[in-house]
Amino acid sequence: MNGEMERQIAEANLPEKTKRDLRTYLADREITDEQFDRILENVLGEYQKTRIEPCEAVGVVAAQSIGEPGTQMTMRTFHYAGVAEINVTLGLPRLIEIMDARREPSTPTMAIYLLEDWAYNRDRAREVSWQIEAAPLREFGDITIDMENMQVFVQLNKAVCDRRRISVEEILELAPRKIRERRHFRDFDHEGDARNATLTFSPKNAESYQNLFQLSEHVRNVIVQGIDDIERVVVRKEAGEYILYTEGSNLRGVFEVEGVDTTRTRSNNISEISDVLGIEAGRNAIIYEALSTLNEQGISVDVRHIMLVADMMCMEGEVKQIGRHGIAGEKESVLSRAAFEVTVNHLLDAAIANEVDELNGVTENVIVGQPIQLGTGDVKLIAKPVH
Amino acid sequence: MSSSFNVLNHTMVPDHQVMSEEEVRTLLSDYTITLEQLPKIYQDDPAVKAIGGNAGDVIRIVRESPTAGRAESYRLVIRRPKK
Repeated sequence: MNGEMERQIAEANLPEKTKRDLRTYLADREITDEQFDRILENVLGEYQKTRIEPCEAVGVVAAQSIGEPGTQMTMRTFHYAGVAEINVTLGLPRLIEIMDARREPSTPTMAIYLLEDWAYNRDRAREVSWQIEAAPLREFGDITIDMENMQVFVQLNKAVCDRRRISVEEILELAPRKIRERRHFRDFDHEGDARNATLTFSPKNAESYQNLFQLSEHVRNVIVQGIDDIERVVVRKEAGEYILYTEGSNLRGVFEVEGVDTTRTRSNNISEISDVLGIEAGRNAIIYEALSTLNEQGISVDVRHIMLVADMMCMEGEVKQIGRHGIAGEKESVLSRAAFEVTVNHLLDAAIANEVDELNGVTENVIVGQPIQLGTGDVKLIAKPVH
Repeated sequence: MSSSFNVLNHTMVPDHQVMSEEEVRTLLSDYTITLEQLPKIYQDDPAVKAIGGNAGDVIRIVRESPTAGRAESYRLVIRRPKK
């Protein structure tokens, strides 16, 4: 391939990817100018054929292309993803979840990538995981209920604290504060002894055993290390580097932890991604999640259909669901909305608000029996008078 | 957040650029559309904040497309509507 051919490819009216493919294919081949012209001509011809024609109903095609394979998906699958024993919703329930744009998926999970210094060493990866995994106080020592003195007594285990890289002082300060702030339980006094690594809690109401037991439950379960929403972390080695998989998701919190690669770490919570990383990242997340859900079930849907759905969901600057409260519910036309769900409410509201239907869309024109504005129906003839 | 965190460096965030007025004019006349017909992006979107866009600006987004290789998209910056 020579410079002239390079130039012709660069100037051709083709998508970037086709140009790239063409270049790599032709790179070390001996071809004459004549052959090259024929190749380019054929590629251009093929490209023109693959383009969608004006007025084509792409939405309907996308709906069918996702809907039909959807019928073959497993209705209820709880699957264990790979060797890590983390439970994730897959199959149809997950696809519905994505399209409904739920605030919180039923099984939020994250894949946390680590920076170079941490990613290749199992112990260092484990250290990061301790900063992330929510650990209750009971894992750091023995908790006993002293009924005689109406106290909950905590004896911290220094060896465990050292191993998990958290100082005794930190726990002494954190535990009572977190019980008050995160667990909203305030009726107690506390006393910490850093030298002996002990912590004593006593309920304000020294008469009630119920209060004492209530307090002990809070003391046992208060999270003193890690990020509250992340219940479990599994360290896995993939392609030479250690990756942390979590149960529970909190992008903002995880990004603050030292050693976390903030350029690759991802969550399966789409609305969280769009909050933290922006709407465009949200769009990418929808495409990625929908495609991997479908592919996992052995169903191949062309990515263009999913891209169209993702584009529609992200049009207005935030992730909107496909359905009554999202895209279908905010259509301009009254008749179109009424044709979807809760017909009477829409007609009634429209009548009260004196709404006008311009009959621009497909559904409304089908209802009133006019030609729809799609395909040949959208083409208008403009005639110029001869004289 | 840690100092190294920047939304624009994340692999899921495509390139965002604020377009000049001249570019916006050619864009609108090329597609014969009005400004309001563009897809929207909120002013408090993390990516918009990172590049310093204001309401009324048009953002050019250069996506890594699985089909075309490189695809340009445009969004109009708007204020987040009050609920």
